[in-house]
Amino acid sequence: MSTDAWIGGLMESLSGAGATAEQAPGLSPARLIAIDPGAWGVLGEVAARHGCRWVAGWGEDMGESIRINACFEKAGAYLLARTAVPRAHPVLPSHTPVFPAADRPERHTQDLLGVSFSDHPDARRWTRHQAWKTSEHPLRRNFPVSGHPPEKTPPDHQYPFLLAQGSGVCEIPVGPVHAGIIEPGHFRFQAVGETVLNLEQRLGYVHKGIEKLAEGRDAEGLARLAGRISGDSTVAHAWAACMAMEKAGNITAPPRAAWLRALMCERERVANHLGDIGAMLNDIAFSFGFYHFARLREDWQRVSREAFGHRFMMDCIVPGGVAPDLPPRFIAAMRDEARALRKQIGKLMAIINDLPSVADRVRGAGVLKPEYARALGCVGYVGRASGMDSDVRRDAPYPPYDRLQVAVPVHHYGDVNARARTRLEEMAVSFDLIEALLAGLPAGPIRAPWPPPAADAEGLGLVEGWRGEILSFVRFGADGRIARFFARDPSWTTWPALELLIRDNIVPDFPLCNKSVNGSYSGHDL
Amino acid sequence: MDHYLTAWLLAAAQTALFVAAAPLLAGWVKRVKCHMQNRAAPPVAQVYRDLAKLFRKQPVIAENASWVFRATPYIVFGAMLLSAAAIPLVAVDLPTGAIADVIVLVGFAALARFFTALAGLDIGTAFGGMGSSREMTVAALAEPAMLMAVFTLSMTANSTNLSAVINFNLDAGLVLRPSFLFALSGFAMVAVAETGRIPVDNPATHLELTMIHEAMILEYSGRHLGLIEWANQIKLMIYAVLMANVFWPWGIAREFTAPALALGAVAIAAKLALLAVALVVWETVMAKMRLFRVPQFLGFALLLSLLGMLTHVVLETG
Repeated sequence: MSTDAWIGGLMESLSGAGATAEQAPGLSPARLIAIDPGAWGVLGEVAARHGCRWVAGWGEDMGESIRINACFEKAGAYLLARTAVPRAHPVLPSHTPVFPAADRPERHTQDLLGVSFSDHPDARRWTRHQAWKTSEHPLRRNFPVSGHPPEKTPPDHQYPFLLAQGSGVCEIPVGPVHAGIIEPGHFRFQAVGETVLNLEQRLGYVHKGIEKLAEGRDAEGLARLAGRISGDSTVAHAWAACMAMEKAGNITAPPRAAWLRALMCERERVANHLGDIGAMLNDIAFSFGFYHFARLREDWQRVSREAFGHRFMMDCIVPGGVAPDLPPRFIAAMRDEARALRKQIGKLMAIINDLPSVADRVRGAGVLKPEYARALGCVGYVGRASGMDSDVRRDAPYPPYDRLQVAVPVHHYGDVNARARTRLEEMAVSFDLIEALLAGLPAGPIRAPWPPPAADAEGLGLVEGWRGEILSFVRFGADGRIARFFARDPSWTTWPALELLIRDNIVPDFPLCNKSVNGSYSGHDL
Repeated sequence: MDHYLTAWLLAAAQTALFVAAAPLLAGWVKRVKCHMQNRAAPPVAQVYRDLAKLFRKQPVIAENASWVFRATPYIVFGAMLLSAAAIPLVAVDLPTGAIADVIVLVGFAALARFFTALAGLDIGTAFGGMGSSREMTVAALAEPAMLMAVFTLSMTANSTNLSAVINFNLDAGLVLRPSFLFALSGFAMVAVAETGRIPVDNPATHLELTMIHEAMILEYSGRHLGLIEWANQIKLMIYAVLMANVFWPWGIAREFTAPALALGAVAIAAKLALLAVALVVWETVMAKMRLFRVPQFLGFALLLSLLGMLTHVVLETG
C-alpha cells in the first residue's frame, strides 16, 4: 500500500539544492537523502508543498560538524533528510515556519546541541530549565554524562510566557506538581471567566537525559533504557529501539519473537486504553465506570505478569528477540480472556452509552480540528479521531503485521467522544489481532544471536505504540556500543494539540480534555 | 421550671448528637457508595479517624494569609453548629428551635459561604479565587431557590419556625399537597448543590481545575481543615434532616419522655439511612455536569420552588 512515488517528485523539486540520494539499508523503510545546509529551509517548503508530515528531527555531534536529521512521511513512505553544519557556527534554517510540528523538536535540538535555527518564530528554550547553563549543550561530545550539576538547581522562574491582556483576563498557573499522582508539567492558562483564551505548556520537568545516557551502552543496555522512556509504553519503545538496532546490524528476529512482540504490544495497547477510558470517566465523576475499567485493566495486567513475568512486560523485548517465551497454556487462556473482555466492555459501554450526563460531557468538548491535527502531524488516536488516517502497522508494516490485517478506525469530529470511541474501536481491533497472533504463533527460537553491529551502522525503528507511531534512531559506534540514540514518542505531536484543542473550552473541562489526549510527560521530556 | 430545664438539657444533648453523628452520616454515604460500585468499603468509623488525624496535625498557613483565613474555619464551624442547634432532630418544640427560624438557617449558610469564599481569595492562589467565583455563581441561584421552597412550607403552616411547620404537618396528617412535592424537589436539588455533591461538584476529586468547594479550601490543613470537613459533614446532615423531618416528620418526639425520644432517635436514623441510599444512587447513575449547566440546574430548582408556591396559592388556599 505504501507508495513512495512522491519522493521522486520531491527530489526533482530539490534539484539544484544539492540533494543527493544515499544508500542506507538500515534506515528502511525510510529513504535517505543528503542536502546542503543552505537548502534546508527549501527542503521544508518543498516537503510542505508535497503534503508531507513532519515526523521527527534530531541532531548529532559528529566532531567537526553537527549532523541534523529530519524525517518526513507521506502515504506510509518515509524520507530521512540529512545535513551537516560546522560545529563552530551551527546555524540552520528552521522548518517551523512551514511545519508547526517542528517547533519543539527544533528547540530541543537548540538546547541540547547548541544549533540555532535562524528563522524559528519562537526560539525560547524548551528542554533546558536551569540545571545547566545557556552556554552548555549536553549532547555535545565534550559534555560529561554526569554534567556540571549546580549545588542546588535554581527554580525555573523566568520563562517568558505569552501574556494575554484585557479586561477580565486572568492567568491560572497549574503545576508542575499536581494534586493527583501524575507526572509534573506546568500549564499556564489565560482565561476570561471560565473560558480558556490560551493555554501554554511548560514541560521538561522530567528530562532524564535519555539521549545522553544511551551513549556508550551496549545493545541490551539500550533496550532496557528504551523501555524506561515512558513506563506505560515500555513494550513499544523497547520494540522500536530493538528494531532500529536489528536493522543496523542486519539481524532478523526469529518469527516467533516477532509474533510475541506484537502480542505484548497489543496487550499493552489494551491495558492502557482500558485504564484511560476509566480515567476519563473518573474525570467526569462517573466512578462506576472508572472502577469497572480499572478492575478490567488490573485483571488484564495480572495475566501479563503470569505469562511474561511483568505487569507492564518491561524488559521482555531484547535485542534479537524476546526474553520470556509464552507457555503453551496461555494460548487458549489469552484467547478466552480476550473474548471475555470484549463481552465485558460491551456490557459496560451499553450502560455508559445510555447516560445523557456522560454524553453531555464528552460530546463537543476539546475539539481538535482536522486541519490542526494535520498541521501538527498528530499520530495515534489523537490524530485518528481528527481524520488522520494513519497507522504504521498498516501503512509501513513490520513483522508480524505484514502478515495480518489491521483495521484502522478513523473519526472526524476530533472531540473527547471521538478520541474515546477511537480507543474503544482500537481495542476491538487489538482483540482480533490477539486472536490472530495466538492462532498463528509460529514455533521456533525466540532469540537470534547478537553479533555486535559494525561501527557507524545506523538503524531506524518505526512501531505503532498505543499512543501512536514511535520513531527510534540508533547509530552504533565502536565495539557494538551506541553512539547516538533518539526516540520520538508520539506525545511530541499530541502535547501541542492539547494547547489548541482546549481553546474556547471552559477551565473545568481541561482535565477531561487532557486525559482524552494523555500525552506522556516522560516520553516527551526524554 | 423542671420542664424548662429538661427541655434545655435535651436541646443541648440533641445538638451534641447532631454534631457527633454528622461524620457518621458521611461515613455511611461513603460505605454505601463503595458497595454500589462493587468496591471494598472503609469502616464507617474511618471518617472519625480521619478527623482525629487532622486535629492532631499542625496546620500549615500561607505566609500572606490574613486573619480572615485563620478565623474562617471557626466561623464556618460555628455557623453550622448554631444551625444544627436550631433544627429539630429527635424532638420538636425544643427551646433552641424557638430561637431561630428557617430564614436564619439560610442566613447561617450564607455567612459560612461568605467567609469560605473570602478565605479562598485571601491566600491569593489561582484555585482559591476560581473556587470562590464558582461558589458565588452557584449561591446566587441556590439561595433564592431555597428561600422559595421554604416560603412554600411557611405559607402552608403560617410560620417560618421549623417546630411550627413540623407540628402543622403532624397535626394535618398524611395529606398529599402538590405544593410540597414541588418544594421538596426544588429543595432536594438545592441541597445537592449546596452540599457539593454530584452532579454539581465532586467531593472526591483531586482535579484542582474542576473543583468548586474543594478549590476554596485547598490551602487548609491540620485542625483548620478538620473543622471545615466536619462543618461540611454537619451541613450535609442539616439538609438531610430538614428533608427528613419537615417533609416526613412522623416518628419525631413531641413529648419529652424516654419512649418517645427513643422512637424519635430510631425514626430519624432510619430516615437518614434511607436518604443516604437515595443520594448514593443518584450520585452513582450520573456523571458530573459541565459547570455552565449548573445555573440551568439551579434555575430549574428555582422554578420548581416557585411552582410550589403558585400551586399553594392556586390550589390550596381559599
